[in-house]
Amino acid sequence: MPSAGVLPEARPRYSGWMLFALAVAALVLVPVVVTVSSFADVEGDILAHLTEFVLPELVGNTLWLVIGVAIGVSVLGVSLAWLAAMCDFPGRRVFEWALLLPMALPAYVTAFVAIGLLDFTGPLQTWLREDWGLTSLPEIRSRGGVILVMSLALYPYVYLIAKNAFSTQGAIALEAAQSLGLSRTQGFFRVALPMARPWIAAGLMLALMETLGDFGTMAIFNYDTFTTAIYKAWYSLFSLAAAAQLASILILFVLVAVVFEQRSRTRMRYGAVGRSAASRRIRLSRALAGLALLYAGMVLGAAFIIPVIQLALWTRDVVANDLDARYWAFARHSVLLAGIGALMVVTVALLLVYAGRQRPGSAMVWTQRLATLGYAFPGTVLAVGLFIPVAWLDNWLIDIGHTGFGFEGSELLKGTLLVMLLAYLVRFLAVGFGPIDSGLHRITRNIDEAARSLGSGTPGLLTRVHLPLLRTSLLTGATLAFVDILKEMPITLMTRPFGWDTLAVRVFEMTSEGEWERAALPSLAIVMAGIIPVILLTWRGDHSHG
Amino acid sequence: MAELVLDAVAQSYAERQVIADLSFTLPEGTIGCLLGPSGCGKTTTLRCICGFEPIRTGEIRIGGEIVNRPGWMLPAEKRRVGMVFQDYALFPHLNVADNVGFGLRGASRAARQTRIDELLDLVGLAGHAGQFPHQLSGGQQQRVALARALAPRPRLILMDEPFSSLDVELRERLSIEVRDILKREATTALIVTHDQHEAFALADWAGVMHDGRIQQWDTPYNLYHEPANRFVADFVGQGALVTGEVINDHQVEIELGVLDGHIPVECDASGCAECVRSCRVEVLLRPDDIIHDEDSLLLAEVENKAFRGAEFLYTLKLPSGQRALSLVPSHHNHAIGEKIGIRLAVDHVVAFRCE
Repeated sequence: MPSAGVLPEARPRYSGWMLFALAVAALVLVPVVVTVSSFADVEGDILAHLTEFVLPELVGNTLWLVIGVAIGVSVLGVSLAWLAAMCDFPGRRVFEWALLLPMALPAYVTAFVAIGLLDFTGPLQTWLREDWGLTSLPEIRSRGGVILVMSLALYPYVYLIAKNAFSTQGAIALEAAQSLGLSRTQGFFRVALPMARPWIAAGLMLALMETLGDFGTMAIFNYDTFTTAIYKAWYSLFSLAAAAQLASILILFVLVAVVFEQRSRTRMRYGAVGRSAASRRIRLSRALAGLALLYAGMVLGAAFIIPVIQLALWTRDVVANDLDARYWAFARHSVLLAGIGALMVVTVALLLVYAGRQRPGSAMVWTQRLATLGYAFPGTVLAVGLFIPVAWLDNWLIDIGHTGFGFEGSELLKGTLLVMLLAYLVRFLAVGFGPIDSGLHRITRNIDEAARSLGSGTPGLLTRVHLPLLRTSLLTGATLAFVDILKEMPITLMTRPFGWDTLAVRVFEMTSEGEWERAALPSLAIVMAGIIPVILLTWRGDHSHG
Repeated sequence: MAELVLDAVAQSYAERQVIADLSFTLPEGTIGCLLGPSGCGKTTTLRCICGFEPIRTGEIRIGGEIVNRPGWMLPAEKRRVGMVFQDYALFPHLNVADNVGFGLRGASRAARQTRIDELLDLVGLAGHAGQFPHQLSGGQQQRVALARALAPRPRLILMDEPFSSLDVELRERLSIEVRDILKREATTALIVTHDQHEAFALADWAGVMHDGRIQQWDTPYNLYHEPANRFVADFVGQGALVTGEVINDHQVEIELGVLDGHIPVECDASGCAECVRSCRVEVLLRPDDIIHDEDSLLLAEVENKAFRGAEFLYTLKLPSGQRALSLVPSHHNHAIGEKIGIRLAVDHVVAFRCE
């Protein structure tokens, strides 16, 4: 965009940058519009079947799941965050970052390991039964089991954000409360916790979005929620309309979470009261410190250490057979798709960030916000919501091809990676946008103008100033998107062209047959890749606290 | 190095006029200062000259070449105007030498290195070439920013509040140093500041800006001693206005006596001669215009005092109840309420018509 020689008023209202941002935002809106408009084309008997037999169970299951996970992640996340940020106990330094490690485990991995270990035929129950005669361990394949597994997998969202809140304002709040005559416990419940509420709510909403969108865990537990129902409608009923209708109801749930999350985020800004010295930690008594260690250790053990050890043991048993050419094909597909997806995400994110730089204003901010909202959408919704318009476009193109050019085929876009990559882009754009946006914000306008006054035009500005300064942000965004796509299950499962099986698809196939050992090898690869973002996260966290 | 001319420049954001009818000339090789309270339009003026903002009317010329006129401006990167930003805006990914060399594209490697060394020498940072901006102190960053702007030998250097983020002591030392550097490079420079001490220390020419207009474009000495209007008198230096009456075109009488000098008061359009005897004016008395003299018969009461180390600044209540300021060596420590002897020592009579 030439900035020189043109008066600001003379700039067109809708520039190329704005159009680009609007186009990306439209891509997010497409699945919403498509799924909601599916009600226009009602297949009577299917809808009747849905409302009578399917919906009541789905809504009930979903509500119980959401409530249970909300309580689970809040209790685990907040208590661990308080211990890590405000108290001192043996091993606290290690736990502070190690408690984030469960983020590396997709919930579906924790899920099948838990079932493999705790099921009736699993080693624990077998041992209890044979050596102790105990038979009354609660059934893991139950609502409680799903909630437990999801809470263990998702508490880091609350933990991470609440820990930041506590470590920036906890000590001040607590000291102020104590100076006003409150005990420490009272201070926690009456001051520190209410102050951190917007942070906790934001983390909680992220965890709930993941819960609503989770497909793999629900499939493994055979716990019917909207995601599994959409999948079944898609494959078993072969009804796109039913899948879309279910998706539109799921979107309703998600939007509630989005509204709460966005509201908490704005309140987070107002709530920030500056930072405090982190040295004023609460010194726990020996007994309490021991309990804290035991508690944090148990959570970390259940959510990360035991699953990883079990994966490793299973892998050892099957590696000789499973590490074959097929496995390498899965890995290659995973890396290839994640690579292409990450590249797309980073490219679009960079352009979107630049659009904000070139055309600042509230219209642009809202457009950007909308464009990066896809992270909230369940993969199943995106798969359905993007497949339908692409299929429609395909038919239209083929019609033109038939009549105009004598084209013979029946598929043009459907058999390609297009739907899958678009869905990845929508779902993971925010992951790439975040770091690049904050990276560009660190480059002040004065730096741009300094470069210009020293004779650099736009190309020079990009290559000599922006790209070198944004390199780390771009790399971070690409890595995060890469790993997220690697872990992704429902989009890949539902929209992959024939022959594009990935590691996650392999995990799904093995677990759906109950072959936990054989799901271990691809899972272990996914977990190892998943550790990279956790390292990035702690590394960036350390730096931002400087 | 080139002359800078602003000719009737105006600029506005949306409905708000930021600069109105701004004209001044900064001769080649001199240092100019735009002085004014925040929001007076001085930074906007700088950004227009640098090529970051368009203008609505008038034109800006550098070395005779028009660089801004309504509806058109020469792009910043083609102006050869160096800018030193308030926050320095150093490139964080480049070391000191590469920051300074940033604008030296096109030069040969050897020429580039020579110029970098020369400038780092000039700003006293010869040993810091390999360091990165975040490893430098504020004053050092400031000097790198200046060296970077000077490196491509721009026709003009612009500096926006160059010392505002430094502590007071450093500010004074650095402003003298910067003047020295600019003079050695024989650069034309325009500096924007709200601090008159900076302006006095740096500038050959200074303009006081208010409400988007230049109130007076003059030497710092004249701004202080011969302010053109009340705003300049008030903004530059300290002082108090006391009422007086014009006797003739070189004498004015105030309660402390008769002042001799040129009376730059414009009376009626018909000329001063007819109204001289009755013309009521307000006379500006600077703190150094009133001298403490124990033998003087003129007495004034100490109403307030501020200790400044070497001297006291006394606020005095004159017999009529009007107030005046006096700068007195600090060994004359008088109590509040005490009456002290004073006498006038006014070299420059500044009088404004009563409103």
